[in-house]
Order: sequence, then structure tokens, then C-alpha cells
Amino acid sequence: MALKADVLLEGHGAGVVLALTHPISFWGGVDPKTGLIIDARHPERGQSIAGKVLALPGMIGSSSAAAVMLELVHAGRAPTALLMPEPDAILLLGIIVAREMGWAVPPAYRLGAEEQRALHGQTVSIADDGVITVAG
Amino acid sequence: MALALTDEQMAIAQGSEGAGAAMTMRIVADTARLMGAPRLIPIASAHIDGALYHGDSGTLFAEKLVEGSGKVKVRSTLNVGALDLMGCSKQRMPPAERDMAKRMMMAYEAMGCEPSWTCSPYQAGHRPALGSDVAWGESNAVVFCNSVLGARTNRYGDFLDIACAIVGFAPDYGLHRIENRRATVVADVSGLSEALRRSDVFYPVLGTWFGLEMVNSIGVVDGLQGMPNDDNLKAFGAAAASSGGVGLFHIAGVTPEAADVATALQGKPAEKTIKVTAEMVLGALKRLSTTSDEAIDAVAIGSPHLSIDEVEALSHLINGRKLEKTIYACTGRHVIRQIEANGQRAALEKLGVTFVADTCVVVTPILPAGDGVLMTNSGKFAHYAPGNTGYAVQYGSLKDCVESAVTGLLTRDNALWR
Repeated sequence: MALKADVLLEGHGAGVVLALTHPISFWGGVDPKTGLIIDARHPERGQSIAGKVLALPGMIGSSSAAAVMLELVHAGRAPTALLMPEPDAILLLGIIVAREMGWAVPPAYRLGAEEQRALHGQTVSIADDGVITVAG
Repeated sequence: MALALTDEQMAIAQGSEGAGAAMTMRIVADTARLMGAPRLIPIASAHIDGALYHGDSGTLFAEKLVEGSGKVKVRSTLNVGALDLMGCSKQRMPPAERDMAKRMMMAYEAMGCEPSWTCSPYQAGHRPALGSDVAWGESNAVVFCNSVLGARTNRYGDFLDIACAIVGFAPDYGLHRIENRRATVVADVSGLSEALRRSDVFYPVLGTWFGLEMVNSIGVVDGLQGMPNDDNLKAFGAAAASSGGVGLFHIAGVTPEAADVATALQGKPAEKTIKVTAEMVLGALKRLSTTSDEAIDAVAIGSPHLSIDEVEALSHLINGRKLEKTIYACTGRHVIRQIEANGQRAALEKLGVTFVADTCVVVTPILPAGDGVLMTNSGKFAHYAPGNTGYAVQYGSLKDCVESAVTGLLTRDNALWR
């Protein structure tokens, strides 16, 4: 099975897909040092986004999300790739800045929330052109 | 449409104004491409949220800009940092982190930003004109700027705010364009009791409901004509921007782009009209408290930062009584200067109030370590305190907060909500 996502920030990534069931605010929602979801009201609280292909159904909350993303990249606790229904300027900015700092950054792709759900828990690899391949 | 840069903008990206300006121009241009903006537009001012320490990476970024001679081209106020530079409160931070947080704050001042250190810049003299384009960060400042002032900004995150301030341009997309400022949803609150609609405690709750309901849509509230003041609008917007992604709201007859509902809808039909019921509002109210525990360990107010009027109200409600539990009152140095001059700071501190300047209790460790119960009248504190401080939350009015701080036990007047 292959699926094509639009490329938002270039690169390729691979890993297990964590598809969140509710939008999240990175600031106050994700611990920048560990990558753990800490929002007490979030359904996926306690799970780690580090090293995952993180699928976001939507974004809410603070404009400090970029800082949390930059810190996650700097701390080596960032996702390996991001999937989102629409480009979120605040979150993706953390990656743009990390790239300006010369650090290794995850790519980002546009993918709708329903298609994200279908990939949850699967191991995928995503090519430079946005083609998503499910392992096995 | 591909992004078109002017010759001047391309020259900046290639270093004509130094390495700091070049890096920030590339960041602004990359963001513009990502968001499909066709061009960059000049901005009149900026409010910078990027000086809050989240880890060493942000300090390294700011210092790289300073090394590259980055200087802001427009008026730029600073949002809170991680340290109370006024020395009103103490932060429980390891020395290495404190040092990096201080270095970060100083780097932003070195770039020419005003040391306002507040999340209520619009109550500290920074009120851009109706219809002007600006680049503001911090979700409550953004929503107030767009909605109450009618200046136009997207929700600028850390780094993009300073980047736009240094280059003096912002990507032309989203809420900078008038057609994208149209309300599509009408929330009619006229069925709620007038006493509730005229109470301060209502606005964070309605804002929470509004944020959850709108998510990223723009809504116009009808039925509040002549009711909310600046502080109510501040509380409403902060709550809506915490529970949802709200960057702009309209209130018919109150906010400047909504003389009436039809104006906010820009003459088009609403996609959805919601008759707001008492049950809907009660649902949001319940969400703000995360515990039923009635022993209160601390009270926090001032998210967004307290205005001078709110400090007055606090002083009036305490009325000289000694507090059993500390009230952490977060505000900006613009208010601290006034209450130092009139003696209010010393008087309230003697009774058990701890003022917090330049920062606040959910962005940096100020509350005693532990997993106690925090009472607040702020929808934003209620939203962020559990994740950021470990405290459970009880929500109530400012009067409820004061009464609970006097006894140490939850005191709450629920009459308005019945």
C-alpha cells in the first residue's frame, strides 16, 4: 500500500506512526526535554513523540510551540517526521529555525486526519516526494 | 502563487544588512513560502514572545542573531521571560538554567526590544492602530491585538516574531487579509442571564467554551452589547486562545470590526448559528476545575498580567485581611511601578500577596514544588497549570479566590451559574 502526501518541509523519515486523537498544544502539552505528552486532559497523555512519525489532527494553543519544537530537535527528542492536515506555521517554524542553526531536522508533510488514523501504529517510511510506504 | 521578494528583500537575505538580518529574512521567506504568501508586507510593530526560556536552544538562537548584528526595525515589546528581573518573586531554577534564561532575556534587549516583559502589552501602552499590519506573538496578545484593537496579525510563534521585527516585514497571508477576518459562526448568548453576562467570572468560561467550539474558525458573539470591559475581553480572548486556536474573535457592538453581526459576517450568511445555553456554559465551567479537593494550597491570578484596575479590585476584596494562603499576583513592571509609588505593593505583600513581575507562575517554577491545589480566576491558568506546574485547579471568581485564600478552604459562590 502506498499513499502520497504533499511535502511541506523537505526530507525523508521513517518510524512508527503515532496518530493523536485530539489536537495538541506543544507548549504545555509536550515536555521539551523528554518528548512525553504531559497535557493532563489529552487522550494520549504519557506517550512519547520522540522518534515517532507524529500525525497531528490539528493544532491548538500557545504560540510557543516553535520553541518547544526547536528544543526537541536540539535535545534529540523530536519526531522523525510530521503529518498534518494543514501547514501549521508556528510548529513548523521550530523546524525552519533548527535548520538555520545547522541541526538535523524532521521533514513535514500534509495528510488529512482520516488518512492519519488509518496509519496509526504502523511502521512507515516516507520518501522525499511524500510517498508513504507501510512496512510489511 | 510563488513568493516574490523585492530586490531589497533579496539583498537582505544575502547579507546586505548583516548575518543576523540575513538569517531572519530567510526564516520569514521560508515561512511565507510554506503558507503560500505571495509577498512580504511592511509591519508597524511587533510583540515578541520568543524570550521565554524553554531550553538552551532558544538562547543559542537569540545570541546568534546578536552576533550577526540583528536589530529590530520597528517598535517591539517583549512578552514575559523566565525570570522576575524586578525581584518581586523567586524562581526555583538550577543556576545553569537561570544563567541561560538571563542570557536569553539580555540578548533580546540587546536587539533593541523594549524591556516591557508583559503578556498584556496592550495595557502597557502598546496599542497599534486599527487596520495596521503588525507581527505579534503570544496567543492572548495576538487575539487581543486582532480582536479588540483591530490591528492585523497572524499568530506569530517564537522566532518568527523577532525575525519579522528585524526585517520589518511579514508574510502576507491569513489574518493580514481582510477577507480572512470574516466571522462564519454566530454565537448568540442573549439567552443567558444578564447578571451572568455582566459578571467578571463569566468571561474566562465563555472564552473556554468559544475556543472549544470554534477550534480554528472565526466567530462573532451576539448579546454582549455594552457589557465587557478591556479586562473582560482580555480574559475571554486568553481563555479562547488556550482551549482552541482562536486568533481573532468578534463581539457585536463591542469589537471594532463588528459594529453588528452582519458587519462581522462581511454581509454574507453565517455558516452556523449557535444559541448558547446555560448547559453549554456549565460544561466549560466544569472543565476549568480539575479537582474536587477543597483544601487550597495557593491562589494565582494575572494570566494575562493584571491591569492596575485588577490590582485595585484585589486590594478592595482583601480589605486588610491577612491571607492564610499566598495569592501570587502576576503583572508587568508597568503596574509594579504604579503600585510601588502609591504604597499598594507593600501593603498587599504584608497581607500575604506575592507579586510576580516580568514572568508568571505557569511559565517558570515559582509555586512551591508539589502536587497541591491551585485556585485561580484565569481560564488560561486553569488550562495550563496542571501540565506545567503539577497543581490541580479550582476555578472561581476573583472574590472566590480571595475568600479561599483568607481561610485556606474553597469558598465559591455558585449562585450566578444556577
